[in-house]
Amino acid sequence: MKVALFITCFNDTVFPETGKAVVRVLERLGHSVVFPAAQTCCGQMHFNTGYQREAVPLVRRFVEVFADAEAVVAPSASCVAMVREFYGRVAEVAGDRKLARAVTEVQPKVHEFTEFLVDVAGVTDVGAYFPHKVTYHPTCHGLRMLGLGDRPVRLLSAVRGLELIDLPHSTECCGFGGTFAVKNADVSVAMGQDKIAHVLGTGAEVLAAADNSCLMHLGGLLSRGRSGVRVMHLAEILAHEEVPA
Amino acid sequence: MTGAWMGMPAFPDAAREAVRDSQLRANLRNATGTIRAKRARVVAERPDWEQLRVAGERIKDQALRNLADHLVEFERNATAAGAHVHWARDAAEANKIVLELVRATGSSEVVKVKSMATQEIELNESLAEHGITAVETDLAELIVQLGHDKPSHILVPAIHRNRAEIREIFTREMPDVPAGLTDAPIELAGAARAHLRRKFLSARVGISGANFAVAETGTLVVLESEGNGRMCLTLPETLISVVGIEKVVPTFADLEVMMQLLPRSSTGERMNPYTSMWTGVAPGDGPQDVHIVLLDNGRTDALADEIGRQALRCIRCSACLNVCPVYERTGGHAYGSVYPGPIGAILTPQLRGVAADAVSASLPFASSLCGACYEVCPVRINIPQALVHLRGQVVDAKRGKPSAERLAMVGMGWVFGSPRRLRWAQKLAALGGRVLGRRGRIGRLPGPGAAWTDTRDLPVPGQSFRDWWADR
Repeated sequence: MKVALFITCFNDTVFPETGKAVVRVLERLGHSVVFPAAQTCCGQMHFNTGYQREAVPLVRRFVEVFADAEAVVAPSASCVAMVREFYGRVAEVAGDRKLARAVTEVQPKVHEFTEFLVDVAGVTDVGAYFPHKVTYHPTCHGLRMLGLGDRPVRLLSAVRGLELIDLPHSTECCGFGGTFAVKNADVSVAMGQDKIAHVLGTGAEVLAAADNSCLMHLGGLLSRGRSGVRVMHLAEILAHEEVPA
Repeated sequence: MTGAWMGMPAFPDAAREAVRDSQLRANLRNATGTIRAKRARVVAERPDWEQLRVAGERIKDQALRNLADHLVEFERNATAAGAHVHWARDAAEANKIVLELVRATGSSEVVKVKSMATQEIELNESLAEHGITAVETDLAELIVQLGHDKPSHILVPAIHRNRAEIREIFTREMPDVPAGLTDAPIELAGAARAHLRRKFLSARVGISGANFAVAETGTLVVLESEGNGRMCLTLPETLISVVGIEKVVPTFADLEVMMQLLPRSSTGERMNPYTSMWTGVAPGDGPQDVHIVLLDNGRTDALADEIGRQALRCIRCSACLNVCPVYERTGGHAYGSVYPGPIGAILTPQLRGVAADAVSASLPFASSLCGACYEVCPVRINIPQALVHLRGQVVDAKRGKPSAERLAMVGMGWVFGSPRRLRWAQKLAALGGRVLGRRGRIGRLPGPGAAWTDTRDLPVPGQSFRDWWADR
């Protein structure tokens, strides 16, 4: 299948390794990957912070860039949730019926990375090897808006050598919340610290998730606390292979 | 909504203080955790729970769509049954109506059933200004009242107190407190019971709210757990009920759905312990002088907002508070309103106006948008959607006024307007990262970025994905 990668502005700039990992996994599975260079940002930050008019041109750009794509894959549950849940509203705010039509046409083609693997590509074993103890945090938009369910856990469970440890209170928000993390930094950090306590309690070496934004928040706390636990996007784990001796 | 809550700090400042209070955090964690588990257990028993939620949503939406007609129908039926119906545009009008009604009885003390509407209009404070004492008879409301405190939860207003604190408040403030009171729950409840019993027997005026107002019959419905409400609703000669106009449901049969949704969502019970219903006056039985004050106080404005209006479906169950990770860490006082938590964050700004004051303007941002509230809401209020919508209103109200945030947002919009500009911005970020980074981490950012780096490291941006792809 020909996959158009929506890398998201955040991964593009701060977490390029996640994008590279997505490319590796998809190509390993026999898909051809393109990266339309005209893409920038889905508009979530603007929209969720109240700058809804400013989100309109970004939504316009997204639907134009991916109009002809067969399938769009993004390694961010929250950006996909933005496209799926709020793009219609942005078109309404813009009062643009043509945009609304374009939105409904592009929406069904946009898949979060684990959705694409399990539902479209029909795989759970992607041939990865990662001999570490991992715990998985289901991020809120993936959990509640996309309904990712056990897809990420099935993918991780199929990784050879990986020991998956349940994260207690896993469905509780980590406290990132976009601009919430700075607008209400004290509450955000209080939530993050409770999440970290649960992570440390598992004894895992790696905390995985399908959203680097939440991981940046949790990773920032873990790093400041010199915990020795690292955060990794799930795609980077799935990209790992056994190096032949 | 005005009064004693005004002058409160905006949410981030109030929350900063609250998260530092380890006793408060412990009290809240225990209490919300317990109710959350109870609710989850009884909701899981119902295979038709999702259908019930949809039914609840539709009943309330139908009521709101033709609100004016249902209210007039309610007035007609309640009046025919012997009640007097009054209409109040705002808090001041409602307080004035109640004050005049109480004065007409010659009584200087009233007993109260727990009621959010009367908290909202600050009826107790208004009556006190005119020499009338309002006695809260719900145990938790009594604790709040005796402690000269404010409620911090819709259902459990004293959730921020533990029993040691309650013992202290009773010993200090209750005139007829038993000697040697300990903090055993049975003793605390016993002391309140004896204290309240004397009030019930002497009261000539009762004041309540209502959970539901049935249009087709003119019936008011109150749900409570302690029996204190039943006392207030039946013993006094005069009964005054302050009822928000959104409490109306079209038909008596609608209660079938609501009476299943509410107890399971609020207290985690299958059935509500004390449900009182009354239709006007029953000759020779209960209050003979029955008044109903229908309260707008911003509700009509909320109804005019096609996304915001869903907040009026709320049946005040508190399930959203109990699952909210923000509420669990800040408690209710930080929300600067009688309506705290996720529902308060969308209701308060609509009742007061989003740009009315700093608290209202800060509330739509008092959420990480995790969506746990929407998941449990028995009438399916999409709180995250409404929060984002109200954020847009707050931002729009401030358009034309420059701020660092607006500059940053417009600047980011400009950068994302072209991949070429984004590439330059990425190179700039990588350069900045090299200057500020230490051992692959940024530990300190200047200016507003410090809100992040005070507690959290940042990764150092390097080569962007798009540059890697271009070189591939």
